[in-house]
Amino acid sequence: MSLRAETVSWSAGGRTIVDAVDLEVVPGEFLGIIGPNGSGKTSLISLLAGIRPPKSGTVSLGGRPLAKTTRRDIAQRIALVEQQAETTERITARQAVELGRTPHLGALSPWSSRDADIVERALAHVGMSDLADRMWHTLSGGERQRLHIARALAQQPQILLLDEPTNHLDIHHQIGLLELVRGQKLTVVAALHDLNHAAVFCDRMAVMDRGRIVAIGTPTDILTEDRILAVFGVTATVETDEDGSCFVRYRRPRPKLQLISDTTKRHDHAR
Amino acid sequence: MRSAPLAINRTGAVSTALALLFLALALGAAIGETAIPLDVVGKTVANRLWGAGYPLDAIDEGIVWNYRLSRAVVAACCGAALSLCGVVLQALLRNALADPYILGISAGASTGAVAVAILGIGAGMLTLSLGAFLGAVFAFALVSLLALRAGRGTGAIILAGVAGSQLFNALTSFIVTKSANAEQARGIMFWLLGNLSGVRWPDVALALPVALGGLLVCLWHARALDAFTFGAESAASLGIPVKRVYVILISATALMTAVMVSIVGSIGFVGLVIPHAARFLVGVRHGLLLPAAALAGAIFMIAADILSRVIIPGQVLPIGVITALVGAPAFALILSRGRAAS
Repeated sequence: MSLRAETVSWSAGGRTIVDAVDLEVVPGEFLGIIGPNGSGKTSLISLLAGIRPPKSGTVSLGGRPLAKTTRRDIAQRIALVEQQAETTERITARQAVELGRTPHLGALSPWSSRDADIVERALAHVGMSDLADRMWHTLSGGERQRLHIARALAQQPQILLLDEPTNHLDIHHQIGLLELVRGQKLTVVAALHDLNHAAVFCDRMAVMDRGRIVAIGTPTDILTEDRILAVFGVTATVETDEDGSCFVRYRRPRPKLQLISDTTKRHDHAR
Repeated sequence: MRSAPLAINRTGAVSTALALLFLALALGAAIGETAIPLDVVGKTVANRLWGAGYPLDAIDEGIVWNYRLSRAVVAACCGAALSLCGVVLQALLRNALADPYILGISAGASTGAVAVAILGIGAGMLTLSLGAFLGAVFAFALVSLLALRAGRGTGAIILAGVAGSQLFNALTSFIVTKSANAEQARGIMFWLLGNLSGVRWPDVALALPVALGGLLVCLWHARALDAFTFGAESAASLGIPVKRVYVILISATALMTAVMVSIVGSIGFVGLVIPHAARFLVGVRHGLLLPAAALAGAIFMIAADILSRVIIPGQVLPIGVITALVGAPAFALILSRGRAAS
């Protein structure tokens, strides 16, 4: 089932956050969205998930506008893992994952053994079966993030949207989590911070800058020294391995001399 | 695997709950300045409901049926409804301190009721309950607006609620002082602290359907309330129509609060403490938490009413005094336990 955004815009407080974005997510692909802070990645993900209505344009799922689809129908097909969703409720790890069955349950339909099986499988997928009965507030950031993924998996979606899923995780868990998501037979759209992770795990990458998608393509097409400088303002060298995958090596900012002369000037004033 | 024992126990749990509730009601009718044996209470109910024709002392029967039983039923409805409101508001606003009293909904309902009763707003077209409902909705709208303007932090709504209750309490005092005669003023001040003395069967006819209806509406949305565990956006991504749920549940909360306030005055701490106690007993799942909180609230309120009648011989304390005297230390305990656990 394909997810598609057509000239989608969104603004808040008079500022345009997402500016006429066109994006077609190909079924089965892992699409990474990269871009500097405030470039509109989170907002675009929310629009694609249908939890925010666009100011203009349409997001459609399988040809049908999300605005004309019930929240429940959307949630049976699209799961969203937000950045840092937290709770003070005293719930267990398993209960957090059980919430993922919500779109499949009605007010009167009872919790079935099938739902319980799906939850157990989702817990096993993220390697959290052993900790299933632990209280949420006793778990580490990485464990919580894996449970959020498990909840999304328990939704049994076709499309998984992730907003910076690896934030606050150590490198082992960052790689493990992306590998886990990559291993599901799902269409994935993920806002990612780390360009090298994006290069390793994405089929395609979209670059966002000031609310627009300025480039989209395979990691080797996208990760060029000029583009990294233009979008992120960072000098970098891009190296390509013999297997064709690429790697970004960042450089320290060049204009050191100017900094020194600034300090001297300040010293002069002080005198 | 976890739900199986729950399903087996469900019938048992429901009958135990109902038995506890009926026992509390019977005790509410039996205990008082003149103690009346439980079997007389039972026979009175049998006489009145099924015309059983037990020979009973007319005065005893009158006390049980006309005064104490109606009062106990209204106390139960009130306790249940306020506890439900607390559970719902705490879940929707994701704030452990949310309850109709603290958020100023009760104060707004009082103002609305007083405006209808004393100023005659609505020229007889508005009942006390409707006035209270409008006051409650208006107060909640105002408090929400203030909280939104103050920023979206979870503390904002509580601060806005404090400001709102002060404002509406001041308005109520203003109306009472300016327009009520001495007799009215005394009556209203007593009612404002929570008072079940004037309660009769017609009040039951209003309180019972509202409490039961409120319970059903809340139970219908139990899974939606669960889905708010990680916030409104997360609920939306789990397929919950967030705006519709807000409107339905906030209206239900305002209506329950308003009806209870219009009958017994504004009573604090029930909506705050009982949900926490219930969560401690049965966990955070709303399918179980809602009925448990309603039951605990009902029993707590009947007990508070009994205490208010017997604690000072020959005098009735406002029930709000009892709920606060019991509720405040209980709440302090919950707060410190919560801190120790986290």
